[in-house]
Amino acid sequence: MWKMSLLKGDQEKHMASNKTYWKNIAQLDPSDEAVKKLEQNEFVSKLPEDFLSDEKTLEESSTSRRDFLKYVGFSTAAATIAACEGPVIKSVPYVVQPEQIRPGVANYYATTIADGFDFGSILIKTREGRPIKVESNPDAPTLGGANARVHASILSLYDTLRLQGPQANGDDVSWDDFYLRVGAMLKALAATAKEVVLLTPTLPSPTSQKVIADFIAAYPNVRQVIYDTVSSDAALNAYEKYYGKRALVDYDFSKVKTIVSVDADFLGDWQGGGYDEGYAASRIPSRDHGKAEMSQHFHFESNMSLTGANADHRFPCTPADQKNILAYMYDRLIGGNAGKLSEELKPTAEKALAALQKSGTKGVLVTGIEDEAAQAVVLAINTHLNSEAFHPESPKLIRQGNTKRVREAFQAIEAGTVSGLISVGVNPVFSSSNGEALRQAIKNLEFSLSFTSKIDETASASQFVAATPHYLESWGDYEFKPGHYALAQPTIRPLFDTQQFQDVLIRLSGKNVKFYDQIKTHWNESILGTSSWSKALHDGYFSVETPQEGAVSDFSGLNVEQLRAASSEGMSLVLYTKTGMGDGQQANNPWLQEFPDPITRVSWDNYLTVSMKDATALGLKNINTANGALNGSYATVTVGSQTLRVPVLVQPGQAKGTVGLSFGYGKRMGLKDEMQTGVNAYALYQNFEKVQNVTVKLDVGEHEFACVQLHNTLMGRGDIVKETTLEIFNTKDKATWNPMPQVSKNHIEFDVTSPEVDMWQEFDRSIGHHFNLSIDLNSCTGCGACVVACHAENNVPVVGKNEVRKSRDMHWLRIDRYYSSATTFEGDNETKEAISGIGDSLNTFGEMEQAASNPQVAFQPVMCQHCNHAPCETVCPVAASSHGRQGQNHMAYNRCVGTRYCANNCPYKVRRFNWFLYNKNDEFDYHMNNDLGRMVLNPDVVVRSRGVMEKCSMCIQMTQKTILDAKLKGEEIKDGMFQTACSNACTSGALVFGDLNDKESKVTALHQDDRMYHLLEHVGTKPNVMYQVKVRNTDEV
Amino acid sequence: MASHYEAPIRKPLVTGDKTYHDVTVDVAAPVEGVANKQWWIVFGIALTAFLWGVGCIIYTISTGIGTWGLNKTVGWAWDITNFVWWVGIGHAGTLISAVLLLFRQKWRMAINRSAEAMTIFSVIQAGLFPIIHMGRPWLAYWVLPIPNGFGSLWVNFNSPLLWDVFAISTYLSVSLVFWWTGLLPDFAMIRDRAVLPFQKKIYSLLSFGWSGRAKDWQRFEEVSLVLAGLATPLVLSVHTIVSFDFATSVIPGWHTTIFPPYFVAGAIFSGFAMVNTLLIIMRKVSNLENYITVQHIELMNIVIMITGSIVGVAYITELFIAWYSGVEYEQYAFLNRATGPYWWAYWSMMTCNVFSPQFMWFKKLRTSIMFSFIISIVVNIGMWFERFVIIVTSLHRDYLPSSWTMFSPTFVDIGIFIGTIGFFFVLFLLYARTFPVIAQAEVKTILKSSGEKYKKLRDGKS
Repeated sequence: MWKMSLLKGDQEKHMASNKTYWKNIAQLDPSDEAVKKLEQNEFVSKLPEDFLSDEKTLEESSTSRRDFLKYVGFSTAAATIAACEGPVIKSVPYVVQPEQIRPGVANYYATTIADGFDFGSILIKTREGRPIKVESNPDAPTLGGANARVHASILSLYDTLRLQGPQANGDDVSWDDFYLRVGAMLKALAATAKEVVLLTPTLPSPTSQKVIADFIAAYPNVRQVIYDTVSSDAALNAYEKYYGKRALVDYDFSKVKTIVSVDADFLGDWQGGGYDEGYAASRIPSRDHGKAEMSQHFHFESNMSLTGANADHRFPCTPADQKNILAYMYDRLIGGNAGKLSEELKPTAEKALAALQKSGTKGVLVTGIEDEAAQAVVLAINTHLNSEAFHPESPKLIRQGNTKRVREAFQAIEAGTVSGLISVGVNPVFSSSNGEALRQAIKNLEFSLSFTSKIDETASASQFVAATPHYLESWGDYEFKPGHYALAQPTIRPLFDTQQFQDVLIRLSGKNVKFYDQIKTHWNESILGTSSWSKALHDGYFSVETPQEGAVSDFSGLNVEQLRAASSEGMSLVLYTKTGMGDGQQANNPWLQEFPDPITRVSWDNYLTVSMKDATALGLKNINTANGALNGSYATVTVGSQTLRVPVLVQPGQAKGTVGLSFGYGKRMGLKDEMQTGVNAYALYQNFEKVQNVTVKLDVGEHEFACVQLHNTLMGRGDIVKETTLEIFNTKDKATWNPMPQVSKNHIEFDVTSPEVDMWQEFDRSIGHHFNLSIDLNSCTGCGACVVACHAENNVPVVGKNEVRKSRDMHWLRIDRYYSSATTFEGDNETKEAISGIGDSLNTFGEMEQAASNPQVAFQPVMCQHCNHAPCETVCPVAASSHGRQGQNHMAYNRCVGTRYCANNCPYKVRRFNWFLYNKNDEFDYHMNNDLGRMVLNPDVVVRSRGVMEKCSMCIQMTQKTILDAKLKGEEIKDGMFQTACSNACTSGALVFGDLNDKESKVTALHQDDRMYHLLEHVGTKPNVMYQVKVRNTDEV
Repeated sequence: MASHYEAPIRKPLVTGDKTYHDVTVDVAAPVEGVANKQWWIVFGIALTAFLWGVGCIIYTISTGIGTWGLNKTVGWAWDITNFVWWVGIGHAGTLISAVLLLFRQKWRMAINRSAEAMTIFSVIQAGLFPIIHMGRPWLAYWVLPIPNGFGSLWVNFNSPLLWDVFAISTYLSVSLVFWWTGLLPDFAMIRDRAVLPFQKKIYSLLSFGWSGRAKDWQRFEEVSLVLAGLATPLVLSVHTIVSFDFATSVIPGWHTTIFPPYFVAGAIFSGFAMVNTLLIIMRKVSNLENYITVQHIELMNIVIMITGSIVGVAYITELFIAWYSGVEYEQYAFLNRATGPYWWAYWSMMTCNVFSPQFMWFKKLRTSIMFSFIISIVVNIGMWFERFVIIVTSLHRDYLPSSWTMFSPTFVDIGIFIGTIGFFFVLFLLYARTFPVIAQAEVKTILKSSGEKYKKLRDGKS
């Protein structure tokens, strides 16, 4: 139109939208035929019609060279694309969408773990119906804290070697067939009154006991024997003798001033564990009343235990010495006489005694000596002290085994006087000292049935194997203490064709009722009273006040003389349980295998711990190979007729004349090849005595350890683990015991944190959240629950023994353990300060690499410090490591090209590199290599690929969730709502996470605390993780 | 400039009674002749080593960096050691051709061609390592500041590794252009002498149509001077930037302000040693003794001696500063270097780099061909250890003793290193057979002033 108007010149106004533009000059002439034709036709040339259908046009049509190339190109591309078929993943949608399961939203269920060794009320996080994580149940009044093993137990649910259905004589059978055959056998045995032993672990379950009672009523020839694989028999006997009940005294360490422990590893598995929360509470020097106070902890032991490592005064001594010391304390405290003790031990015992006496009712004595007399003495002394920590009126029911009865039962099985064995969740062939004989005997039995989730040593010897579900697929009820109940509920439908042993026993008893219904009925009738079942199930626990039982004052019949007279000749072997492996039930759990022992920091193994002196005398050695990896000699260990070849680890703090070996390893059945590590210490657990006379000899060969920490001492670097004594803490000002490093500028000293000497711009932290994590070195016991929790939350890969050996462990959070080289760390600092001249420094630093024979121990959890001035951020060429607005140091995995420059430049060495592809790779055949194992992965955290760096993210997926939830609800975030996996898992309260911009938060208070310091402050990294100075209560009384 | 008077006291730079034609024939001889058996044997060995290295690289890229001996504490070891070593070697070429050109050092003319070839070939080796040491080398292009589809993602200009990318690529391109410019008249010479049509075709392509007109020569001189001016700062900048990889970090033993000059001196040191290694063989094999004379070797030995001493002073300064700083981590890092588990690496470095060049104070030794050859090898071993010491012994024991560990190479680490040596020699051997290894056009410019024959003629001694 515009063109026309230009020609005509008579129209002046035009709508803008009607403008037409010239396409070419030919349009000037409207009569041009070509233009007309083009305007009519959209395409210049006639489009080919469907020439293939018409033979004539097909023959007439010609294919030009260009067309030909087009056809070739298209066909090739089409054929190529057709060949690239993506993997087909079959997913079945819900027919009816369950109300509770919302994609992306986690559900938590309260349940209970009770595997005969670990007991506790826990919460289970499930995502899209999959349980993916264990959390402590902080509301539960009893055993609400999950330890490292409990945290890891979620992975055992997804174990590919789990039994998938019942078996008879090694063949898979149906449950109907199973009931038919087992029922017939049982009836036949009952008819002929042949004895059958029902071997169970400690089962403090009211309803289960009822089920067993009913079963025994139906089959009177059955007798129940309770079998604790690691026995607490002496303590149970002593309590039973004086209090009339088979239970364990409970202790509350939270308000004590003096703790004297004679070989009681109460931060470990002593009497079922669970004491770290109370202990840690007493360890924080609080200045509530002017002068700071904290408990003082004396510890006598043979092996270096977690508890001993935390003690203020630790005295290594042999088991016989320990008995003497206990007797001496009895004599001095109750006997009223001077007592008798070797001059060597007397001063140390006197120190502990003085503190104990001074503390009055705020003192407590505990012992782990497996001797009834010793346990009775402790009951007597605590009663005498009227200790506030001593609670015999509310005992723990989580150990009930009776070694005498177990021994009788085993003897009867071996002798053939018993005709049948039903083992429930125990594996006596593995966990008893004469396993092989027992295995033969079980094979010869008329009837044998094993309730198990694995084809383990006992199951493989049994005729019938009943596949039991994992505890997260089961119902259950428990009574941890009188009146303190807990409920277990399934968090997922059984993955396999399994049935709980209670359901099996009920059906075999001829009843037609479900165990769940029985629990509910029993609770409604006898436990809950007027309370609601739903609430109890929701909470996972239920408590009622029970009448307090009267205290006992008459401790007659104490056999103190036996303790006084105890002496030892030759070597003593002290068997113990490791923090990671416990009694060995979860040996096929790669998280626990890779979990470094808090003390030795060795993973994937057990070993003979030997003192330096004994090792030198016996020619046992530890050496580091060219790549740093630790090697150890082998020793032949002989107890009675049993001999084992065990690798040796020289252990600082091990009492001379003693060696230690842990249970739980050496299992060979029901385990993947990779997990078949270590030696079976149960073979030496003769008569259920944890102390054995032993001979140790050097053997040929060298063992390859996978140890994550190859250097044990702090080299006098006191600013890494800052510590002081309570006396200095109370009398000197902060600058003495927690000085800020200084730097000189123009001959003026400035704090390194001063902006004056800072070359970087500060981040604006005034708005939003500013996350900080505080780690209290006083309350951290080194238990390692956080390490496993972090592993589970963040999909940290398991790399296996060989890779750990090459210092390529992937743990985002590690707990460094240091030994002092002098008798104290302070001594190390002084030694270093006193170095003069180069010759001296050469010698002294060399000596400082060796730990003392009885060193002080320090634990220090280290994860990414989230530096505000992060060295890793400046060096990444592609900016994959960048700073977050909330204080985190982010790691963008997708952006990472893997130069590892950031890891090199990290002063804390917390960055972990994916050296290989750790998932879906047969070379790393752990849980990430099979569909079942991958069910445990946290969908909120990406699984990293090969070649990228990874590290602690301060659980940003958790903090973001908290923020989003609060936004949705329109609520303000309260202190405590922000958590990380590690701070959640920390039962001792050492790890406190929060928002520094919330001025009322706990973490803000801790940030201002005098004890606060940053790791390697002088580097100027300004971390968002802080530590609280460790205060040792070494004051003389 | 071409034929100014040279004092009789100066030794001739071209010995033997060489005429212009003799120079042409001598330089063209290896190109026009047939390779002898020794060449094939050495080439075969180099090629095998190269292929072995290729195999190791393929294994690394397909399986992961885990095939190397690195761990959580020591994140770099042989990879970056080799990288810095090769970059260092690459320094001599530019120094000889650019700096010595500006300083009018005519003795450079006999060696600059090969020295620059060595530079380019070793920078190629060096450039390999930053790529293959990445966990995901297929994403190596992410370190380039190119427009991308990743949103607002851009490279991090704070990172010394990024500066490396620029430094190395600039160095490689400038060196290549400089080298090729010098090659043009010589390629043209071979082109003009070529008999076979194929050969003629190739060399005429390579010589970019050099015609030998006066204008060509004028431009040639101008470009050479400009490029020399451009390349001279690069001699200092490249290794300065490489040293920033360490100097800007916070790791004791890395965080050192002395690194830039120390690295540059070390680079020239190792580069000259490598030039000596190569040319001592080449002058023999290719009958170039009259061009690369003992005097050349002696002069290079003097440079080696001086730079070796500078490096020695730097080592001692490091120790002094560590002590003087009063920083315990710094002090321990250097104590650990000298007396820790890797003491043997430190003392290998000290012996090879500081003690061995001191022999060059003796005229008899520095003019001995055999001795010079041995020292040149020793220096390069020492310089490799220097980088190993800096990288591995600083990392393996840094701040937190809990992370201290050791490093031990795997066959892959070793294989890749040997592979790059093989690759280097493959390139150099091919070069020696196809390129004019002496800048004959330039040598001809000094023949009448500094050639033995003409000097004698001029001095009336013939």
